[in-house]
Amino acid sequence: MTGPLLEVTDLVVHYGDFQALYGVSLAVTDGETLALMGANGAGKSTLLNTVAGLRAATSGQVQFAGRDLAGMPAFQRVAVGIALVPEGRRLFPTLTAHENLLVGEYRARPGPWRLGAVYELFPFLEPLRDRPAALLSGGEQQAVAIGRALMSNPRLLLFDEVSLGLAPVVIQQLYGVLARITAAGTTVLLVEQDVGRALGAADRVHCLLEGRTALTGAASGITREALSVAYFGV
Amino acid sequence: MSLVNAVVQGVLLGGLYALFATGLSLLFGVMRLVNLAHGDLAVLAAYGVLGLGTALALPPLIAALVVIPAMAVLGYVAQRVLLQRTVGPSPLPALLVTFGLAVVIQNALLEWFSADQQRLQLGGFETASLRVAPGLAVGWFPLTVFAGAVLLLGGLSVYFARTRIGRATRATSDDQEAAQLSGVDNRHIYALAAAIAFATAALAGVLAGIQTNFSPTSGPTLLLFAFEAVIIGGLGNLWGTLLGGIVLGVAQNVGAWIEPAQQVLAGHLVFLLVLAFRPQGLLPVGRTR
Repeated sequence: MTGPLLEVTDLVVHYGDFQALYGVSLAVTDGETLALMGANGAGKSTLLNTVAGLRAATSGQVQFAGRDLAGMPAFQRVAVGIALVPEGRRLFPTLTAHENLLVGEYRARPGPWRLGAVYELFPFLEPLRDRPAALLSGGEQQAVAIGRALMSNPRLLLFDEVSLGLAPVVIQQLYGVLARITAAGTTVLLVEQDVGRALGAADRVHCLLEGRTALTGAASGITREALSVAYFGV
Repeated sequence: MSLVNAVVQGVLLGGLYALFATGLSLLFGVMRLVNLAHGDLAVLAAYGVLGLGTALALPPLIAALVVIPAMAVLGYVAQRVLLQRTVGPSPLPALLVTFGLAVVIQNALLEWFSADQQRLQLGGFETASLRVAPGLAVGWFPLTVFAGAVLLLGGLSVYFARTRIGRATRATSDDQEAAQLSGVDNRHIYALAAAIAFATAALAGVLAGIQTNFSPTSGPTLLLFAFEAVIIGGLGNLWGTLLGGIVLGVAQNVGAWIEPAQQVLAGHLVFLLVLAFRPQGLLPVGRTR
């Protein structure tokens, strides 16, 4: 396949009168991990939600595997191969952990991520199968949310702030899991506020500041100082 | 009629009320939509059976086999085309649109069929009774309706608990955006729920039309009973709806046993008591978010 897996071109997104993105462009190649960074309100979640199809762009293009996704509703983008692990996990509270995973399979593409593989990735979920999702701990919920997205066998996995509100030990575990997911070939676009984690897990970094691109490049080539400048706009 | 008789009749009547309430409860539970035309849809189905039966010389139950699926299709289409536009944070658009729908249905029926009281005839089965004990006779038809209601609610329970679409429906009613992220088309899910709601309303309407008289303006009273059954039983629980129907049916029949003219009032009084002392209903499903 020629060209990047995901190509965002001059994306402009509004919330009513408020402009969240001012013509952002980025590209993610097949198999790489891109960290999307920036302070609160920089537009990271907006970008992910627009790629996933929950928000309509005012102007600009989102292309996936060479195909323009304009007008495609979110549920169809899952069939095409895009899955979002949303901010705040957003599990279905009245469904059990197992049922949450099953819903993830609703419009699944063929692939390796079936129930067995997901429980193997998160063995601590096995005894929690029949527990209502609302009664799980933060780390357990995050695992189910990731598992639910994996069940659709996406080509591109979008992570919106997976470490939010979790203990460092749990975050360490999650990043270990992320390494296994990317090793299986899935392309990942992850929003992460922790600079060290992002530089460690990603191949490339893309930093937003107030709705515009402030910095982009290989993770290995970016210093913490340069990233801080881009992050805070000092 | 003895008190025991009144209670038994009330329990059986509760099955019919539960059927009425199911559709209302479903639409509210899945998409927070209050359907003020619910009772009128039931009456529409009864008239559909009457009209079809008269035109083609079909017995009511055969005509019902055509009318009920037709109502399900009507529900799917009405949701996709009309009611979907009212789904949103405010309950008001749905209330206004379904209220208008109720008015349209009532007047269309009045225009087409006149205001005469009607009844669907089964040729004797509806008045046949079974002698269970000395002084206690149970009508075959109410018994069948009750058994049918329990079976239907059981079937719906299994549908929601174990099938892919049922699970997707529960997920959509929990968080429809997160459901979309899992590949669920929420408009399709809503339309399927509406199809089930319209079909159960149609079934209840046909059965009620066999058991009692109906006219174009019978809808609002049925809506009221359905509402009361849902609220008494508690939102979000199919078996709660059955219990709510039974409580309402028993209250009405015991009220009639005490004072025949106050049957409906007795039901309202029990409803008010539940609202006052247990507003969440008898079997509420707690929602933790």
